[in-house]
Amino acid sequence: MAFRDDLRRTRAIVWKDLTTERRSKAGFNAVASLGVTILVLFGLTLGPDTPALRAAAAGALWLAVLFAGVLAFNRSYQVELDGGALEALLLYPGSRWAIFAGKLIANLIFVTAMLVIVVAVGIVLFQVVVPAQWPALVGVMMLGVIGIVALGTFYAAMSSRSRAREVLLPLLLYPMLIPVLLASTTATKVLLNGDLMHEAGAWVQMLSAFDVIFLVATFLAFEYVIEV
Amino acid sequence: MPNPLITAVQNSAPLLAPELALDARGVARRFGARWVLRGVNLQVRAGEMVGLLGHNGCGKSTFMRIVATLLKASAGDCFVYGANVKTEGDDVRHHVGFFSHIPGLYDDLSARENLAFAATMLGFPSADIDAALERVGLTHVMHEHVRGFSAGMQRRLSLARLILQRPRLLLLDEPYNNLDVAGISLMNGFIRELNAAGGAAVVVLHDLVPAQGVLDRTVTIRDGRVHTPSTADLRHDGVSPEAITAPAGAAGIS
Repeated sequence: MAFRDDLRRTRAIVWKDLTTERRSKAGFNAVASLGVTILVLFGLTLGPDTPALRAAAAGALWLAVLFAGVLAFNRSYQVELDGGALEALLLYPGSRWAIFAGKLIANLIFVTAMLVIVVAVGIVLFQVVVPAQWPALVGVMMLGVIGIVALGTFYAAMSSRSRAREVLLPLLLYPMLIPVLLASTTATKVLLNGDLMHEAGAWVQMLSAFDVIFLVATFLAFEYVIEV
Repeated sequence: MPNPLITAVQNSAPLLAPELALDARGVARRFGARWVLRGVNLQVRAGEMVGLLGHNGCGKSTFMRIVATLLKASAGDCFVYGANVKTEGDDVRHHVGFFSHIPGLYDDLSARENLAFAATMLGFPSADIDAALERVGLTHVMHEHVRGFSAGMQRRLSLARLILQRPRLLLLDEPYNNLDVAGISLMNGFIRELNAAGGAAVVVLHDLVPAQGVLDRTVTIRDGRVHTPSTADLRHDGVSPEAITAPAGAAGIS
């Protein structure tokens, strides 16, 4: 019964976060614009050299997701801090993991929506030929996003009470994301090149393992970082 | 051979004792090197309404936040209906309703959506939402976004959230701020209603006048500890003693 109550709370938080975001639109516009701008700047720097553009596509894409994601994570707690709603949220009975799960799912949907735009722009700008293994590529992207969002949501909660949260979040997040970014970028690059050496599987396994570790660790630790 | 009647009475004694809604024992809290609370002892019985006074920065809000599980005490223990705020936070949150000077609402949701969200989080039926909105006089703006609400309207909406919750221990931190006369009357009506149902309340106040007739006693926090205020204490804290000697508010104040 308590578990079902917590699931209901999680759903409520997802609905609330997505509804407030849909209405204000400020967050999504800023995040998607940043992602696209990074891709455009990368494309302009590399010039009209198609092989170079294709070789850099995976790195540029994940860099765009990373930077835009940090903006999204900071914003997801800013909404709570603006009207003192974080306190109200913490005063509701129920498990703390329900709050984290709600924030995590809302951020996942938010970052995935941004990823769709970034990928579409990236395919055009970097002249990417969509490979035959595109479902595997989609899987890699989702695994990468899950890893980034799990850690991003967690560290955003941790830094949310700090006055320097905009500076603190990247400082905490970037070093921890190195394995996820390494695996995501390499697997994406390998799949875009057709995965001739069948390397992608190993990177996907590594990515999945890190996702599981990060998800379990962040769910367990959230209660302690959100308390004062 | 022990008298069975006496034994029965002795065994039933704890059941006859008034239930403690709040039992704070030596609660202390420091921020850095500064001790704001140095050992607060405060017992509030179920059905009792207590006013908490003290000058700015004396630790009233800090104490309330500790009881509400929003802040951890550096030392001491605090129980809400027997549940330890440190170790049984979830149980405590089932009993406590906290009304602070921060509304804790979402600007981009309507008044009704804010209450629907609260009802879901609290696990209460959303059928009561319209009644709560009507009671605080916000039915006509229930579909408008909170962003356009005045401070007083936001306070009324926060009160509607409390009405939905109907907590057993009400923690009110300066509840009359930004409320007009009708709003004050609403707030007092809710406190009395809760009182009649056996609930307790701790009310942080700077001015006792709006709370006349709803408090059973007042205490003050000074030097990080709880005292029963004398007239001189009240004057020191900027509270007019005449306000609590008025007939409506005099009950139980020592």
